[in-house]
Amino acid sequence: MAFEYEKYIRKGTLPHIWCPGCGHGIVMKSLLRAIDGLKLDKNDIAVVSGIGCASRLPGYLDMNTLHTTHGRALAFATGIRLANPRLKVIVVSGDGDAAAIGGNHLIHAARRNIEITLIVFNNSIYGMTGGQVAPTTPIGAIATTMPYGNIDPPFDIVRLAEGAGATFVARTTSYHTAQTEQLFKQAIMHKGFSVIDVIDACPVQYGRRNKPREAPDMMQVQKDNAIPLQLAQKKKPEELVGKIITGIFVRKEMPSYTETYYNTIIPRAQAK
Amino acid sequence: MEKKALLISGNESCVEGALYAGIQFFAGYPITPSSEIPEGLSRKLPKYGGVMIQMEDEIAAMAAVIGASLTGKKSMTATSGPGFSLKQENLGFASFNEIPCVVVDVMRGGPSTGAPTGPSQGDVMQARWGTHGDHPIVALAPNSIPEIFTETVRAFNISEKYRVPVILLLDEIIAHMRERMVFPEKGELEVIERTGPTVPPDQYKPFDVSNSPLPLVPPMAAYGTGYRFHVTGLNHRIDGFPTNNGEIIEKELHRIMEKIDLYKKDMFRTEAYMLDDAEVGIVAYGSSARAAKYAVNELRKQGIKAGMLRYVTIWPFEENAVEKLAQKVKFIVVPELNMGQLIFEVERAAKGRTKVHGVNRVNIEIIHPHDIMEKVKELSHGI
Repeated sequence: MAFEYEKYIRKGTLPHIWCPGCGHGIVMKSLLRAIDGLKLDKNDIAVVSGIGCASRLPGYLDMNTLHTTHGRALAFATGIRLANPRLKVIVVSGDGDAAAIGGNHLIHAARRNIEITLIVFNNSIYGMTGGQVAPTTPIGAIATTMPYGNIDPPFDIVRLAEGAGATFVARTTSYHTAQTEQLFKQAIMHKGFSVIDVIDACPVQYGRRNKPREAPDMMQVQKDNAIPLQLAQKKKPEELVGKIITGIFVRKEMPSYTETYYNTIIPRAQAK
Repeated sequence: MEKKALLISGNESCVEGALYAGIQFFAGYPITPSSEIPEGLSRKLPKYGGVMIQMEDEIAAMAAVIGASLTGKKSMTATSGPGFSLKQENLGFASFNEIPCVVVDVMRGGPSTGAPTGPSQGDVMQARWGTHGDHPIVALAPNSIPEIFTETVRAFNISEKYRVPVILLLDEIIAHMRERMVFPEKGELEVIERTGPTVPPDQYKPFDVSNSPLPLVPPMAAYGTGYRFHVTGLNHRIDGFPTNNGEIIEKELHRIMEKIDLYKKDMFRTEAYMLDDAEVGIVAYGSSARAAKYAVNELRKQGIKAGMLRYVTIWPFEENAVEKLAQKVKFIVVPELNMGQLIFEVERAAKGRTKVHGVNRVNIEIIHPHDIMEKVKELSHGI
């Protein structure tokens, strides 16, 4: 039987704003299947976003949803999670939103190990504002603010999150829907801060100035270049150039912020 | 039984006032001269089961406060000039989405980094217009340690009752000086809780005022209570979803502004000191009003009938009070620790009925009573 996405979608909010060929809708569907598979109550999920194409996602979901300011979603989400620890808090963000203007919030949410799942819709470009260079745009790629080729080295979101202390870090692509769903499930159930870097395609703002140009070809690249972490570990660095390494990079148990605050700080303060 | 009395600072009084009002969440970032507020709440808030978090920056602290308020918790942050500038981004979000929260700004010398430990009243206009676009805001400016307590409680009350961010404008002088504070008993001051939804979840729209107990103030549901609603910084319809419909955009913007106008009398607070027979009016607020009061007493000893109109609520600005004063005094003096900010409102409200003169200092010293007295005497000679 086909999966019923409708029960998680708010009536009257579709069609979504994403362009034909954009991978965001595919990733949203993977998220809904993950939530359904975990049998989570819609009342107990908060979905928070900043600014950008991906940030429109919460509006479509029949949950507690918040569409905030550029880059700040994790900070808003921190307030929600700390004030109501019963909520599962999911942040959806573009790569510019998460790693440029929101970069400070990203590293500190990771350091704090606060119980939030961050999904980065990583399409290597600023889509909504018209194809400007992002902190994830590859060297040499053409962007409207790098018309002669990008000279600004990109962040590796996975390594950034790992370095900042995130306790669950994974990567997948919008093509790998089953893997995306599984990683989302594990990330949402993880105790602490989890980050999933979802490599996504923006044919309209990235593809049209670069190669490959068309949406199906961009999907094909995701399919062809993806290599599971276990396989990648057996390869030489030069064999991994241009590859998208997928899978779980970090998964460890550490004290998480909200739980520690409620279980340690409050009793300590009340004992004094 | 005698009431509890302590010698405390203004920032400590703010902490106690917030606890009295029932604060449940505080997010902050260290900045002089406001840091005693997050320090105090980090010690005391968890005793009441509340949460205090020091965020990575001022912007994040404001964001976390809004997130917490959306879960139904009374929330506050505290900062000073440079941090207040950073708060403006998300303060606009809170204002637009009518999210209750209290923002304490302990004013210090500016612009920019300015004088971290120097007194100032330089953020009066920033409090009103600091974030972009037309937006509703309330700002209160107490002038003593006991009044910081009561105004902190009132800040929460106004914020929760009318769904509007309230700025508590302190300044370095009253934040750091100490005075005797007699604590009110529980129940002595009114403590207001926000109005929850009046309809079941399937009928709830976050900005719908058709079923509001208070006209123009939409009842507010909390995340996690079965009311699944959407909040966005985009122009939105009454159901919370974005719209490009100019008619709806204009209607909603008018409603949030008119809401303040409708309830402004409940928000206004001024003090009239020796105004009945006054021939000279001094319009003051915050720490400068302390010097003004002293000046009024001294001027009267010297035969000049001076009086003070003190603004506790600065925004919205009570125009009538100045208008009435302007009709009966020979001139008005406005002492401010800035180059003249509230004076523009005073001049506007005086409508040319009398002359309005500023007494200003930006040399990181307090305004002295004799600054005001000299100005009054100089102006009196010409009359």
